[in-house]
Amino acid sequence: MERSVAVCGLGGLGSNVAVMLARAGVKKLHIIDFDRVDMTNLDRQYYFRRNIGEYKTSALENIIHDIGADTEVIPHCARLDGENIADILKNDDIICECLDGADEKAELVNAVLEKFPEKYIISATGMAGLYSANNIRTRRITDKFYICGDGTSDMSEGIYSPRVMLCASHQANAVLRILKGESENE
Amino acid sequence: MVTINGESCDMSGKTVAEILEHLGYNLKRVAVEMNENIVPKAMYGETTAQDGDKIEIVRFVGGG
Repeated sequence: MERSVAVCGLGGLGSNVAVMLARAGVKKLHIIDFDRVDMTNLDRQYYFRRNIGEYKTSALENIIHDIGADTEVIPHCARLDGENIADILKNDDIICECLDGADEKAELVNAVLEKFPEKYIISATGMAGLYSANNIRTRRITDKFYICGDGTSDMSEGIYSPRVMLCASHQANAVLRILKGESENE
Repeated sequence: MVTINGESCDMSGKTVAEILEHLGYNLKRVAVEMNENIVPKAMYGETTAQDGDKIEIVRFVGGG
């Protein structure tokens, strides 16, 4: 059976992670978000003006279809919280945490680590501001837990497409390496 | 001594909750790994660091 990759949050990180994974040939993508596309998303998220007002899940499913990728996309329009995380993610093997709020990131990552020790989680923290691109990196915390980003820069410093996409690329690359059986060392 | 995020710290005998508070972390915005195992949030107050333990504290900041 194909391994299922969940992308939790389809904003600047998640929309780009999902598109990269589809282009790279990932067979099964479970994409999760509650929100609709709006004008302010177009500075860094993989949507177009024509998508404004659509649910991100539905817009992104169509974009991946337009790319022509041979990927089964399972859209899930829901806001992840302490109550539903275990049920929504139970069939996924690798989970990308691509949410934007610090509290929500911590809640999702801790829930997955505590409830599903067999699953991989690739999280992201710190991709805002205009700091060096070289500060964005992938760190292995345990065999199943990887974290991408610079670890410190936050939204109050402004957020720009290049560093967000760098961080998304780190997450997508970590997923591909896990699928291939490679492990990240540092 | 306890190694926290790669640095040696004099924290032996302290609980994870005490260490996080001492270092100024917001408990709602972290994940903690100790000797390759995740420390569940509910155990922060009951998990005590001993000499030689290695702790990794991941701090979450907003943006995505």
